[in-house]
Amino acid sequence: MMCLAIPAKVVSVQGNVARVDFGGGIIREVDISLVEVKPDDYVLVHAGYAIQVLSREEAEETLRLWSELLETEEKLERNNI
Amino acid sequence: MFKHLKFRDPNLTKRVIGKIREAAPKRDTVKICHVCGTHEWTITHFGLRSLLPQNVEVIAGPGCPVCVTPASEIDEAVQLALKGVVVTCFGDVLRVPGSEKSLLDAKAEGADVRVVYSALDAVKMAKKEPDKEFAFFAIGFETTAPSTALEVLKKPPKNLSFLVSHRLIPPAMELLLGIGDLHIDGFIAPGHVSTIIGLKAYEIFPKAYRMPTVVAGFEPLDVLFAIYMVLKQVKDNAARLENEYVRAVSWEGNVKAQELMHKAFKIVDGEWRGLGKLPSSAFKLREEYSEYDARERFGVKISHGRDLLPGCQCHLVMIGKIKPTECPLFMKACTPQKPMGACMVSMEGTCSIWAKAINT
Ligand code: SF4
Repeated sequence: MMCLAIPAKVVSVQGNVARVDFGGGIIREVDISLVEVKPDDYVLVHAGYAIQVLSREEAEETLRLWSELLETEEKLERNNI
Repeated sequence: MFKHLKFRDPNLTKRVIGKIREAAPKRDTVKICHVCGTHEWTITHFGLRSLLPQNVEVIAGPGCPVCVTPASEIDEAVQLALKGVVVTCFGDVLRVPGSEKSLLDAKAEGADVRVVYSALDAVKMAKKEPDKEFAFFAIGFETTAPSTALEVLKKPPKNLSFLVSHRLIPPAMELLLGIGDLHIDGFIAPGHVSTIIGLKAYEIFPKAYRMPTVVAGFEPLDVLFAIYMVLKQVKDNAARLENEYVRAVSWEGNVKAQELMHKAFKIVDGEWRGLGKLPSSAFKLREEYSEYDARERFGVKISHGRDLLPGCQCHLVMIGKIKPTECPLFMKACTPQKPMGACMVSMEGTCSIWAKAINT
């Protein structure tokens, strides 16, 4: 799928090319000219190019916020009843 | 990604659905529009529509890059191929109908058309066979355009040129707002395009159009949360720009990618399949790089094409006006095996996504 961007983990970097791990044993080379990455970073890969670095902290934060948002709102509702 | 993180947690999902039910208006219908083939895939594949209250509608806008490429530009690629240029393209493009022929038809007639996975593949091929002329058919939105720009700026081999057909997403969203009887109540903006252009590119929607706009990721929970965030805004009678996809999208976006695009391309009006010309919605190579412009190098320029076969409703599917199932040809004359319209060809096309969901 052309427009699909897939997250992958950077294994190693050499110049403008990185080897990345898509999981399930799939390792590929991608062009990293559009981003600045180091091993262990997560990147979003689109048609052979890493287009953005994913933030692990933000990913964890998203989940925390989702849970928190639901909790505080549920609490508020309980208090209202 | 982040495997142990629970982006598909069923418990969380149930709770979000509960919140959506609460936030949804009691009677009025709310219409939320997304503009991304991958969002449509998540929504259809996971059956998210069936989880929503009846009066919350999620419609698919023109978010499939292959589908929006007009017949005239497919015709240009076909003409290049028939002139003996090796045309390289993404796999999805092969079967997209032009006015008369697809690239696959050209291939059947003996033209050299090759599928590539990336712009870089085209560069590599051209280097390997210096005695042949190559052209890369560069389609796609702001997610793909930076890589085309990069290859143009890297001084490509002399025997490679580019048939640039990139399109921009924000103008398409503006088009939707201009359609009088569509009445959209909120946008879910495409996450991957947004990684490049950043949140700031959507500022105009809440500001100038008072349209709630939420950038979202592609897990089912991302989409459900975005729906919830839009509904909350509708309920509060607010119009804000919110980011659900913070793990990938920043306010500024990918500045390096933006600079490359700006260097290689200028913004021009662009034809969209079945939708006509949208102002400032396409990229064209700047004059400095016109030697790499396949249209100029080989003198192909087709301004009018036949976008829709008789009966095909792609133009209405692409603006979310009708569902694929409302097209009389859907799964009758038009199937994924024998597509009649672009929306059935590409894996990101709404008709194709619906067809597959029905068949599985
Ligand atoms: S079902 Fe086929 S003909 Fe109808 S709108 Fe979709 S692609 Fe076009």
